[in-house]
Amino acid sequence: MSEVSMTVNGRPARGRIEGRTLLVQFLRETLGLTGTHVGCDTSQCGACVVHVNGLAIKSCTMFAAEAEGATVDTIEGQAAPDGTLNIIQQAFQDYHGLQCGFCTPGMVMSTAALLKENPKPTEQEIRSYLKGNICRCTGYHNIVKAILAASGQDVTGIPGGIAAE
Amino acid sequence: MYSFEIERPATVEEAVKALRIEEAMPLAGGQTLIPTLKQRLAMPSVLVSLSGISAIRGICTDDAGRLCIGAGTTHAEIRDGASGFAGLSEMAANVGDPAVRNRGTIGGSLANNDPSACYPAAVLGSGATVMTDRREIAADDFFQGMFDTALEENEIITEVRFPVPSKSGYSKFEQPASRFALVGAFVAKFTDGVRVAITGASESGVFRWREAEEALAANFDAASIKNLSVPAEGMIGDLHGTPEYRAHLVAVMTRRAVRDAK
Repeated sequence: MSEVSMTVNGRPARGRIEGRTLLVQFLRETLGLTGTHVGCDTSQCGACVVHVNGLAIKSCTMFAAEAEGATVDTIEGQAAPDGTLNIIQQAFQDYHGLQCGFCTPGMVMSTAALLKENPKPTEQEIRSYLKGNICRCTGYHNIVKAILAASGQDVTGIPGGIAAE
Repeated sequence: MYSFEIERPATVEEAVKALRIEEAMPLAGGQTLIPTLKQRLAMPSVLVSLSGISAIRGICTDDAGRLCIGAGTTHAEIRDGASGFAGLSEMAANVGDPAVRNRGTIGGSLANNDPSACYPAAVLGSGATVMTDRREIAADDFFQGMFDTALEENEIITEVRFPVPSKSGYSKFEQPASRFALVGAFVAKFTDGVRVAITGASESGVFRWREAEEALAANFDAASIKNLSVPAEGMIGDLHGTPEYRAHLVAVMTRRAVRDAK
């Protein structure tokens, strides 16, 4: 066991870990931040995406020890302290970009990374960027809509689903 | 995962020393190794993480005009930093998915030498040189078959030096579940010739398609290789494609790589 310390959602965090402790285990089990989900545990599904030093990574495929000193952002840090959803979360709600919600933390974190790189992505760029985030409910159309809306773009070209009021 | 310790050396020298411990293994970006550990297919006593060694990260150009990429540089960094080398930048931009590209490294990919990985095609296809903690290895000598390289026990890749071609391209037929190449073709045109490297296809790992190289050296145009093909013998056959299908894809992906070369 060794000690690791990092900044998580703007606050200092520390805890004891084993060599094999994954970052997602540290977040969920040590810090109690269970918003980050483990879907597949094989780096395929993207439910565990968080940001480490500003970059989206799969927290099931990084050891906690390697995040020593890093800045980590998770889904818990996305809404305002009073619970007001951020623009991406609000768009996912408005456009029904989720059903069961299991993949949503990873979807939101990947979207945040996408919009930082590319503030006005095309539909194709969105679909390509979300390759590593799997949703088994929505069929993706409403997720794409939500992301277009979150980036202030027209969503009427995307077929199906529910339009925001 | 079996239990192990993690060491985070700050220099290559410390890493080489740490790897002398019995059953120690180097850890690069971990995008292949961590899933392998989860499946209990490896049982290291110590993982020596290379991610804290800043000296092996980053991209620069040397006096000979070669693009020198530190082994710990991620795919995302290479996509952005190798813009003067279109084929390499394009290849790095399409490895895995965005989150994988933020962790996975060129050195890790090369040391693993997965027969379907993209980097071996770029390195062999441009005639790059692999630098390690103790020597330099030409790309033609580095890749020695599926998951096999010229690296010795505990030898660490520190840098890869790429001669920059005047035109290059990478075309990958993506296996959509794994995002590895079902077949990938890397082409590079230099003043003194053309190199073509194929990944994903052969049971012997990445290889040069010499016949196409000769035809393209005479005329760098997809039409000049339209009648060329590779034999299905020795190609990988699995649930994703037969050897015949892969052999067919070799020619198609090479033509596309030439057509789209920049």
